[in-house]
Amino acid sequence: MRQIVILSGKGGTGKTTVAAALAHLASQEASVILADADVDAANLELVLSPQIQEEGEFTGGGVAVIDPELCIACGRCHEVCRFEAIIPGDEAYAVVGLDCEGCGACTYICSVEAIEMEERLDGKWFRSQARYGPLFHAHLFAARENSGKLVTLIKNKARDLALERGADYLLVDGAPGIGCPVIAGISGADLTLLVTEPTVAGAHDLGRILGVARHFGIPAVVCINKYDLNFAKTEEIAAWCAAQGVPMMGRIPFDQEVTRAMVQGKPITEHSDGAVTEELRQIWAWLKARLD
Amino acid sequence: MIITVASGKGGTGKTMVAVNLALVAASKRPGGQAASKSAKTLRRYNAKPLLLDCDVEAPNAYLFLKPIFKTQEEVTLLVPEIDFDKCTYCGRCAEACNYNALAVVTEQVLFFSELCHGCGACALVCPEGVIHEVPEVIGLIEEGRATTPLAALDFAHGILEVGRAIAPPIIRQLKQRINSDRLVIIDTSPGTSCPVVEALKGADFALLVTEPTPFGLHDLRLIVEVARDELGLPVGVVINRDGIGDEKVEEYCAAEGIPILIRIPFDRRIAEIYSEGGLVVEALPEYREQFRDLYQRIREEVAQ
Repeated sequence: MRQIVILSGKGGTGKTTVAAALAHLASQEASVILADADVDAANLELVLSPQIQEEGEFTGGGVAVIDPELCIACGRCHEVCRFEAIIPGDEAYAVVGLDCEGCGACTYICSVEAIEMEERLDGKWFRSQARYGPLFHAHLFAARENSGKLVTLIKNKARDLALERGADYLLVDGAPGIGCPVIAGISGADLTLLVTEPTVAGAHDLGRILGVARHFGIPAVVCINKYDLNFAKTEEIAAWCAAQGVPMMGRIPFDQEVTRAMVQGKPITEHSDGAVTEELRQIWAWLKARLD
Repeated sequence: MIITVASGKGGTGKTMVAVNLALVAASKRPGGQAASKSAKTLRRYNAKPLLLDCDVEAPNAYLFLKPIFKTQEEVTLLVPEIDFDKCTYCGRCAEACNYNALAVVTEQVLFFSELCHGCGACALVCPEGVIHEVPEVIGLIEEGRATTPLAALDFAHGILEVGRAIAPPIIRQLKQRINSDRLVIIDTSPGTSCPVVEALKGADFALLVTEPTPFGLHDLRLIVEVARDELGLPVGVVINRDGIGDEKVEEYCAAEGIPILIRIPFDRRIAEIYSEGGLVVEALPEYREQFRDLYQRIREEVAQ
């Protein structure tokens, strides 16, 4: 089983569009398991028509709760909290749930044992039968912590099923940025496909995400989406990739059909046979060759 | 007044909106401000606007504003340092760490610094008192001033070090620059979890940028849940690339009573200017008035 993770650094470069297309292309010739590791804003489900078969709860971390009956308002919890999550009161202190990062430091310092960590439901995970194979996805509830932990949870489940079924590929759609959900998403990958766009911001963030891939020792390849929106920038990025020794997998043209496919809830490769689909087929062929 | 620009989905145009909005807010209105009824308020808000780029994972606003940075400061996190001569390997620190950043295996303590939140719980529970906390650099804050033909404004951004997982401490330190008399415009990362919440807290208005597509709508709903429902902030929507998809975002906003403050058409010139790191309100004067209206509408929404 080979694990491919799609990342970008910058948001909105086309990760999910590419992931859905590769899922379609891969499923035509091999068995594939899919995971949506963007648990903040999971969009793969919008184009893969998943039927949920199993779901589970996710408790990321606890939240401190102060019992006002027991609290003696000594203020030590307030002093140790590094997240400014505890507000003083005359008779009892209180925790602001939204600010609490669940570290538990306050529970250790409290001399009257008035503080307890309460588990909280932070999200849900799903195993679905999607159009091209099993899909693991999740919803982190609004304003909750620990997206990295939820990513690890669904990736582990996806990997277990892939190994159990002897699947050929595990395809993971990642989150934007370079922080905790991205690091959780890239870990264990055989290859990461970095999707960028020919803009100063796209190029800038490609450099950052490539740094992350290198930091964790994951081989990286690049494709440029909407490359024809700025030819000069595309060439700049391609030259930079060549200098960095990062293989270029392809250049996907801009085409409004991509949005139309999304509106119809389909990957572009299933929606039409234009230049975008042709390039994605080529990218998939290159990726396969690299993984073998 | 603090205006925080957010979006669930990435690449909808947050940075483009934040940067251009900050510029028109900083610029003098033709005809003079004195003509305005709320001139006093306007002057107060116009006094030295500050743009804070709180997308510390992918800080891009500086690429457009090209500020001259004057100061630089490191952002550190307090991480444990263990005196192994005195450590008894009892394992209490690993038990106490809720982020799995510490593990004790036979006569060895493993520390995974990228998982550490710097909470200090390990040092609190160590019965031998052999854990000392030391600062470790996780990022950088740069501060300066951007000057364009249209206006000048103060600027600061945070940069999370590559390989680091935890963005909120940098955002918190960056936001210490906020003071209540000035107009502060905050750019955020995409998504709905900790870094976005940290950036949104304390805002007077959340400006939510979306695009009229199924992905855009799906993620707009999520960011509305965070900004309006969880944080209780007034919200308004920017529809970017208007016309590329369907009508569902409009229908959703109407049903939820969320004002659509500006519709920016899908205009290939904007895409080209953006791709080069250009400023829309500088290069395309016809958008200047639209962004001024946007600023005005936000002020009206906040005043309500």
